[in-house]
Amino acid sequence: MAPVVQIREIHKIYESGEVPVHAVRGVSLDIHEGEFVALMGASGSGKSTLMNILGCLDRPTKGTYLLDGIDIDKLDRNELADLRNQKLGFVFQGYNLLPRTTALENVELPMLYGRSRQLSIDEIRERAMHCLDIVGLSKRFDHFPNQLSGGQQQRVAIARGLVNKPQVLLADEPTGNLDSRTAVEVMGVFQKLNDQGITIVMVTHELDIARFCKRNLILRDGLVVRDEAVSDRTFAPHELEKLKQAETAAKLITATLT
Amino acid sequence: MRFSNTLRVALRALRRNTMRSILTALGMIIGVAAVITMVSIGNGAKAQVEAQVASLGQNLITVMPGSFSSGGMRSGFGGPPTLTPEDAEAIATEVPNIDGVSPEVRDRSQILANGLNWNTNVNGVGPDYPYVRNWPIAAGAMFTEQDVKSLAKVALIGRTVADQVFPNEDPLGQTLRIRNLPFRIIGVLSPKGFSVFGSDEDDVVIIPYSSHMRRVSRRSNISMIRIQAATPEKIDTVKAEVEDLLTQRRRGREPDFVVRTQEELATAATQANKTMTGLLAGIAGVSLIVGGIGIMNIMLVSVTERTREIGIRLAIGAHGRDVLTQFLIEAILLSSLGGIIGVAVGIGGSQLLSSYNGWPVVVPTLWIGISVAGSAVVGIVSGFYPAYKAAQLDPIDALRYE
Repeated sequence: MAPVVQIREIHKIYESGEVPVHAVRGVSLDIHEGEFVALMGASGSGKSTLMNILGCLDRPTKGTYLLDGIDIDKLDRNELADLRNQKLGFVFQGYNLLPRTTALENVELPMLYGRSRQLSIDEIRERAMHCLDIVGLSKRFDHFPNQLSGGQQQRVAIARGLVNKPQVLLADEPTGNLDSRTAVEVMGVFQKLNDQGITIVMVTHELDIARFCKRNLILRDGLVVRDEAVSDRTFAPHELEKLKQAETAAKLITATLT
Repeated sequence: MRFSNTLRVALRALRRNTMRSILTALGMIIGVAAVITMVSIGNGAKAQVEAQVASLGQNLITVMPGSFSSGGMRSGFGGPPTLTPEDAEAIATEVPNIDGVSPEVRDRSQILANGLNWNTNVNGVGPDYPYVRNWPIAAGAMFTEQDVKSLAKVALIGRTVADQVFPNEDPLGQTLRIRNLPFRIIGVLSPKGFSVFGSDEDDVVIIPYSSHMRRVSRRSNISMIRIQAATPEKIDTVKAEVEDLLTQRRRGREPDFVVRTQEELATAATQANKTMTGLLAGIAGVSLIVGGIGIMNIMLVSVTERTREIGIRLAIGAHGRDVLTQFLIEAILLSSLGGIIGVAVGIGGSQLLSSYNGWPVVVPTLWIGISVAGSAVVGIVSGFYPAYKAAQLDPIDALRYE
């Protein structure tokens, strides 16, 4: 079966400064359906640039990128927008929810721009509710982002990424702004989605977060230096249980101390 | 993307910033309300002047004795009357497009009736007079051509005279003495009020001009001729033809008459009014433009403030055109909503003014259309640049924007 994402010898050079910056220097990569990939690397390693290219937000300077068999080099600005809308789901680092807009309306947003499927407002609402249900937030559909915790906002963002049934869900440091416990919860959501067959690519620089994934790619200076399957995967439910026990233990200690 | 979706997105964006939306629309509301109020006041004043001018009669042309020189001495306008009843007859028979002609002899004298006396205007006129002056008869009837020919001693009296001389009686059929000659009252004119020049029009007795000239004033000349043209468009032709005819009748003598149209009388008054209305509308127009710039300002700020939002929309699949349409719809909704509310406020404001100050106001339907359409145009113009700017943003840059 053909890979969902197929990139060959991708280069990206930024010419904006005095010295051209060679951010990505020839990356080739295949990602198949059902994979759960973590892109890792220090800052400046080119992982964000690669992510932007994967997300069709930016074009490579050199090389080819086939998304679901479509060569993105041949698409114009609007066709790229349609491709992002139909085939990709985004989860941004800073959640990037619309302020003063309810969770439900945020999730509805990609469907309002859905060109190929002309849905009625009732269908749109129903599907948005369904996606909020998947991430466990259907009870808070009418809350505004500022009434939700970081983890809840991130889950709304995930629901928004899912709503158009994308081929690939892209997440840029989805746990970057979260405490460790909430991060584990969000990773649990990702794992559950991946179990349902959704392909996920995420950027992270935390090793223990990367271990929730199935495959780890490590970038350095614009090149993939390591590409390996995760042997000792962590699973969110298990991890949560461990956290709970640690908390109970900590409480016992403080109790005995006082 | 369907238009209804863009509309929904734009409405949500406006609702999200209710306060800002209201303040932006307020600029438009004030602008449009000012335009409507100013134009209403101007129109009201114009209508009032027009009504006064119309009370003179419709499509009226007057012929007055002009200056003439005799033996090197020049008289001024309105000098010794040199118009004759024959001039009036000639006009009536020879000039086309005329609805009525009435010669007029003016005089002032003491009248006596019912044991009371009163000094009033006694005017000798033709049978067309009530028609030409647009002055209906309240009771009785106008005298006829026959009465004019037979120098009949009949009279019609104005409301003021009726009140003064017959306070508690029906004047019809009573006798009125003018210079000791008995005249039978055959009609009472309806009240007309004050003239443009401030005199009481109802303080008058009218009798056949022939009786006036032969029996009362013993004059051979008349004071003026009033002519009613058939339609407003014919006024100028009729005026020219009357001038030609009278000049002809003078057989080469220096013209001793002036022909004036009602329009000329009204022009001065109307001109002042037009200047005023123009001035007011100008001021109001400026506030409308200021309102428009306010909208552009807010839309520009809103684009900058919402750069991230635009980035998110573009990233998840909005076309540049969707963003453009959204911002344009927001601007148009704000401005036309402001325009519509402004029209309502303007109408309310001018009604309020008229009830407090007693100023006549006429709300111009045309200007309502112009204001609403104008505010929508202001919305499009002032919304387009910010909207275009938003649509051109690069999703990555927009997302990184802090």
